[in-house]
Amino acid sequence: MAVAARNKKSARRRQLEAAINYPIDWLEERSGLVGGIKYFIFRKVPGDTNWFHTLGSATLTAFLVQALTGAILAMYYKPDPQSAYQSIQHITNDITLGWLVRGMHKWGASVFIILMFFHMARVFLFGAYKYPRELNWIIGVMLLAIGMLEGFTGYLLPWDQTAYWATVVGINLNGTAPFLGPFLADFLRGGAEIGGETISRFYAMHMLLIPGLIFALIGLHLYLVIRLGVTSPPWSSAAAGSEAAGEEPRTNGRSGLTQPAARSGWRRNGGEG
Amino acid sequence: MTEPQHGDRPHLPGPSLYPIAFAAGVACILVGLIVNPKIIVPIGAVIAILFGFLWARDATEEFRGEPVHAIEPESGGPPESTDAPAIPANQGEDAMPAPEPGERFPRNRFLEGATLGLGAVIGGLVTVPAVGFMIVPAFKGQGYPKVDLGPLENFTEGRWFVTKFFMHPGSDGEVSHRTAYIRNNGQLDGEPSFTIISNRCAHLGCPVQPNGPVQDNQKKEIDGKAGQRITMIPVIPAGGYGCPCHGGQYDVEGNRVSGPPTRGLDRYEFSVVDGHLILGKPYSVTRVDGEGKTARIHKYKLAGPGQHVDGWEQILYPLQPPH
Ligand code: HEM
Ligand code: FES
Repeated sequence: MAVAARNKKSARRRQLEAAINYPIDWLEERSGLVGGIKYFIFRKVPGDTNWFHTLGSATLTAFLVQALTGAILAMYYKPDPQSAYQSIQHITNDITLGWLVRGMHKWGASVFIILMFFHMARVFLFGAYKYPRELNWIIGVMLLAIGMLEGFTGYLLPWDQTAYWATVVGINLNGTAPFLGPFLADFLRGGAEIGGETISRFYAMHMLLIPGLIFALIGLHLYLVIRLGVTSPPWSSAAAGSEAAGEEPRTNGRSGLTQPAARSGWRRNGGEG
Repeated sequence: MTEPQHGDRPHLPGPSLYPIAFAAGVACILVGLIVNPKIIVPIGAVIAILFGFLWARDATEEFRGEPVHAIEPESGGPPESTDAPAIPANQGEDAMPAPEPGERFPRNRFLEGATLGLGAVIGGLVTVPAVGFMIVPAFKGQGYPKVDLGPLENFTEGRWFVTKFFMHPGSDGEVSHRTAYIRNNGQLDGEPSFTIISNRCAHLGCPVQPNGPVQDNQKKEIDGKAGQRITMIPVIPAGGYGCPCHGGQYDVEGNRVSGPPTRGLDRYEFSVVDGHLILGKPYSVTRVDGEGKTARIHKYKLAGPGQHVDGWEQILYPLQPPH
C-alpha cells in the first residue's frame, strides 16, 4: 500500500520532500544528531509509566525558566552594595514587564526546589534509586545540594534587610561546621565581615559557577536516565524478571534494598543485567 | 528519512574556484569602502556578483536536474595493471605482523604519557592561580581597624549607650555599619574602664536588641573623619538583651540566659588616646562573673557565632582563619 501511495506522488511533491529531507540528511550524515534525537524520543519506556514520571521533566523545565529569566534580570541588575537595592526596585517598579520577569524568577526559585523534592519523593517511593540507578540518585543528591546553594546565593542579591540578615545567619550556620566551618564562612563572605566583596562573589556564584555545574550534572543525570531507562511503578504487574516466561528473576545476587528495581528499561533498550 | 547513498562515488561537484573569486570580490568591496568607494567598490561588486552567480549555478546543478560533470580519472598514480589480478586487502601476506591483543608500542605509550602529562601541566597552570585567586584573598588583609568613638566625656559614667559606627567608612560605607553597647564604668586603678559589648548574637549573628527603653530623644550624632559617623543613644537594658531571630536571651553583661546561643556576647578591647575612646579588636566571651569594672571576663580568641570556644566541643574548631 505504501508503495502504491508513493507511486502516486507527483513530481512536485517528490521535489518538496527531497528539499525537506536534504538539510536533515545533511545534518545526520555529519553529526548523527537526528538519529540520536530519534533514539531519545522513541526509546522504550515501561507501558505503565504515569504522571509521577513527569516530575523530573517538570523540575528541568523549572530550571530552564530560572536560567532564562535570570539571564534577562542580569541585564538590569547591578551587583554592588551601593546600587543593588535600587536596581531591584527599578526592575520591579519602572522597567516594562520587569515585575513579571522578576516575579517569575523569585517564585520560580521556590517551584524549582519544591519540584526537586517531589521528584526525589517519587524516585524514593517507587524504589527507582535501586540497582542499577544508585549513581543517578547520588548525582541527584548533588543536584539537590547545589540547587539549594543556588537559592542561598540568590537570596542575598536584593540586598534588603531580609536578604542581608538571612545571609548573615546562613553564612554563620556554615561557620559552625566542624573543623573547616570557620574557613568556609570566611570564603563565602570574602573576608571576616559581610561587605561589598560578599555581594559580588555571591553574584558570580549565582550567575555562573553554580548554574554551569547544575547544567553539567543535569546532562549526566539525563544521560543515565536514557542509558538505564525509567522504572515502572512498584505496583506494576510486570515485576522484575517476570517479563520473559520461565526466567529466574534477575537480582544479580542482591537482595533487599540493593535488589534491582522493578522491570528495568535498561535491559529492554539492550543493556545487560 | 533516507540514508544518503554515496557509496564509493566521489563527492560531486569537484572543487571549484568560484567561491574564492567571490570572496576576493567581497574583499575588494571592503577595501574599496576605505580606499576609494567610487571606483573600487563597483569593481568588487561586479566580481562578487558574477562569481557568486556562477558558484550558485554550480552548486545547484544537481537539484536543477542538469547533467553533472563527469569526473575525469586521475592521471599519474601507479601504472595501470600488470597481468596478475589485484590482491584484496584482506588476503595475501601481512605487511606487518598483527599486534597481540593488548600489545602496546613504546611510541604509543610515550604519546599517551606526553598527552596526559602536558594536559595536566597546562590545566594546572590555568587552574591553580585561578583557584588561588578565588580563595586566598578572602583570608588576607583582615583584622579590625581602630575606630575613634569620640571624647570620653560623651560617655556619661554608669550609663549605657547604643553606639553605632562604621567599621570601614571609606571602603565599605553603610555596609560596615556596626553596633555596640557601651558603658563607662568609671576609673579602675586610675585607668578608665569601659564595657563594650558587641550586638552580634552568639547563636548565628543576628543583631541583639536591648530589653529596656531606648531614649531616642537624647540621640547624639558625631561626624568623624573620612565619612565616619558615630551615633549614640542612651539605653537602659534592664532586662539584658534579646535576639529577634531565634529568641536567644542575655543578661546586661552579655551572659547567655536562655535560647540557642552557645556562649555570651562578644566584647571589644579598647584604648584611650588623647581623651578619645578607641575601639580595639573584638574577642569572644563565654561568661562574665560579677558586674561593671570589677567583672571577671572569661576571654577567648574571637570565634564565629555558634562556635564553641570552651568545653569539649571546642575540639570541633581547632583552627580559626587569621583575623
Ligand atoms: C535539577 C534537578 C533534577 C532534574 C532536572 C532531574 C531530572 C530527571 C528526569 C527528567 C528524570 C527522568 C524520569 C523522571 O522524570 O522521573 C530523572 C530521573 C531520576 N532522578 Fe532526577 N532530576 C533532578 C534531581 C534529582 C534528585 C534531587 C534526585 C534524588 C536525590 C534524583 C534522582 C533521580 C533518579 C534515581 C532517577 C531515575 C528514576 C528512574 O529511572 O525511574 N533526581 N531525573
Ligand atoms: S541568631 Fe540570635 S538567637 Fe539565633
